[in-house]
Amino acid sequence: MRSLALLLVFVASMAAAVEPGEVLDDPALENRAREISKGLRCPVCQNESIDESSAPVSGDLRLLVRERLLEGDSDREVVDFVVDRYGEFVLLRPDTGGANLVLWLVGPAALILALGGVALAFRRPKAAETPLTEAETRRLSELLGEGK
Amino acid sequence: MRHGARPVAAAARLGYIERMIVELGHFALVLAFALAGFQTVVPLVGAHRRNTGWMAAGEPAATLQFILIGFSFAALTYAFVTSDFSLKVVADNSHTDKPMLYKVTGVWGNHEGSLLLWVLILALFGAMAAWWGTGLNDTLRARVLGVQGSVGVAFLAFILFTSNPFARLANPPLNGADLNPLLQDPGLAFHPPFLYLGYVGLSLTFSFAVAALIEGRVDAAWARWVRPWALAAWLFLTIGIALGSWWAYYELGWGGFWFWDPVENASFMPWLLAVALLHSAIVVEKRESLKAWTILLAILAFGFCLIGAFIVRSGVLTSVHAFANDPERGTYLLAITALFTGGALTLFAWRAPILQGRGVFSLASRESALVANNILLAVSTLIVFVGTIWPLLAELFFDRKLSVGPPFFNIAFTPFMVALALILPFGSVFPWKRAKLGKVAWKLRYFAVFTLALAALLWAVQTGRSALGPVGIALGAWLVVGALRELWERAGGKFDRLARLPGADWGKATAHSGLGILFIGVAGLMAYEVEDIRVAQPGESYIVENYEVTLLNVREVEGPNFISTTADIAIARPGGAVIEVLRPERRIYPVAGMPTTEAAIRNGFFRDVYLVIGEPQSNGGWAVRTFIKPFANWIWAGSILMAIGGAFSLFDRRLRVAAGARKTPARAVAAE
Repeated sequence: MRSLALLLVFVASMAAAVEPGEVLDDPALENRAREISKGLRCPVCQNESIDESSAPVSGDLRLLVRERLLEGDSDREVVDFVVDRYGEFVLLRPDTGGANLVLWLVGPAALILALGGVALAFRRPKAAETPLTEAETRRLSELLGEGK
Repeated sequence: MRHGARPVAAAARLGYIERMIVELGHFALVLAFALAGFQTVVPLVGAHRRNTGWMAAGEPAATLQFILIGFSFAALTYAFVTSDFSLKVVADNSHTDKPMLYKVTGVWGNHEGSLLLWVLILALFGAMAAWWGTGLNDTLRARVLGVQGSVGVAFLAFILFTSNPFARLANPPLNGADLNPLLQDPGLAFHPPFLYLGYVGLSLTFSFAVAALIEGRVDAAWARWVRPWALAAWLFLTIGIALGSWWAYYELGWGGFWFWDPVENASFMPWLLAVALLHSAIVVEKRESLKAWTILLAILAFGFCLIGAFIVRSGVLTSVHAFANDPERGTYLLAITALFTGGALTLFAWRAPILQGRGVFSLASRESALVANNILLAVSTLIVFVGTIWPLLAELFFDRKLSVGPPFFNIAFTPFMVALALILPFGSVFPWKRAKLGKVAWKLRYFAVFTLALAALLWAVQTGRSALGPVGIALGAWLVVGALRELWERAGGKFDRLARLPGADWGKATAHSGLGILFIGVAGLMAYEVEDIRVAQPGESYIVENYEVTLLNVREVEGPNFISTTADIAIARPGGAVIEVLRPERRIYPVAGMPTTEAAIRNGFFRDVYLVIGEPQSNGGWAVRTFIKPFANWIWAGSILMAIGGAFSLFDRRLRVAAGARKTPARAVAAE
């Protein structure tokens, strides 16, 4: 059941995530560190970013991210640094390369297909537009004639 | 067997009759299984042969099945209440010290018991369809009950053969292992029953769809029949998801409300499709169009409930590396999913061409707007689905171990919701069949200007933040004013007429406003949250945004089945009097050996103040987290409004009369 699985997911997160001692003095740099952390997955948790997780490895990764930032790395460089060591598994937002194109394009492609299908349906001659049969025409003129 | 030489648990020292209750419950479940088989075969064959007697067998079978499973469920509840640890589920999930409320809710706080609740609700829906289905024609009714019975057969077999809650232990322990402490919470205790009411409600719309395919006939009457059930299922699903999200917000310690977790997505996909189904059924009812599509949605909505059950219970997606927590259960659920979804889709492919739509409509019309609604919802469901299973597919087929997390869903899913919100107020004022786009746009001109002005204002006030806040809040406002404007128009601009509008009008306005309020809550919370993490010494004060927070002291408190570290933290306006003393806690449940965080929240209309007490520090201070969460309550208020809107529509006299809920003729109508 859902709640049980949720439990498993969050058991590790019961304690605090980002610890006070980890916070950088420069707020701009700290903000960047938080944003980067939110996109990196805790390697040993079920579905948590290192920003939310209290697992020791997440703490190490948070410090690593901050160290790299202090050394002047760009956001991109920090992420690449972590991915080089832990694999693309830690990216919560998968890249768009190779097979992942399917993942990223499935929504837009389905939308275009659906809209195309609807457009075709509208262009098809509609049932109501088929001409009346002779009997129907006669009946119609009768009715209209009576209406006058 | 149970009475060995070992000391017998106190709870196992029960009288003969008491011990029989559990066995009778087990026996009732076996009988219900046999009866479900009867309910599947006899009415379906009867409907095929036009045999009135056989067709009529469906109703008593459904009623009796509900009574039997109800008894079985009561027996399991009895075992939990009396702490009968000779039952494995009770020993694994209960404890004598647990408060009574959680002994009862512990019945469904585990795999086996939750499945029993699932079949109980399944039988309840079957029985309700039988009792209130007297207005249906005989063959359709028999077929609906037959299909519903077959779902029962599958799930009862699943329980009895793989997940029997009545399995006994040879050597009962003296006490239980306790329910997981996180489940000992009112928000989560009632979260599963609502979700199941939703999932299983969709089983009934599935049964209606399959029955209609067998029958080869879908008309306005069919849609009128199905819509209340779809509405009820959606309404419960909304409440269930909102409860789960609310629980995550206050329990998990940092105030997240949605994580795009596979398990959450499993409940979200049926919800999205149920919304689509509700809207397309309106088109079938009013205009006799979109018939085949509506049937397909009904099949897929329940199909996704089954897929969800598979995802959640097999553990295949929470842990990609072990195929299933329990391969037998996973395989069985996959087989059920394939059988019902695949079977229904095959039937659909074969019979759908018979379902010719009648009503024609132009590109600018209410029908088209609802088609757009359906496309957006169906495509966003597809995105959630592909995103959820992508890690599995990528590993199986491309040998890539990757993750798909919130950043993906936020980018890929959100645009569809933005589009949905943009077109909704237009669509809901379009007349059926043919509309003049210019005329509708003109009606909404002030509201559009208001929305754009609001977005511009928010954009100007905020500095250097994402566009999410202004866009989301403006869209939410657009939905709300659009819904209210329409309600006002329906009432002809007269207050006294508002009260006399049909329930469906109120339901529509309330649900659409609820969606708008949900938008404002999500956007406000995500864009404008303020967070402060620090070490505070007892007695220390600090300022977070426009609040002064003071850690007064931290103390140990003993609860009924836990030990708590409680902090007293005062909140005040800077320099002003104390507004409230909040008490966040860290708890340890010794039996389960698990810590939990109990955040303390001051709920406010515009913002919540959210406090969490963390680890003690070496210098005598405590880690304290302070969050200011703008519009947080709007998320759940919006969800509840949507559910209330559903209830208004559900109690609309027109639907109720059509659904045959009241057999008395609706004479009250004459008064109008």
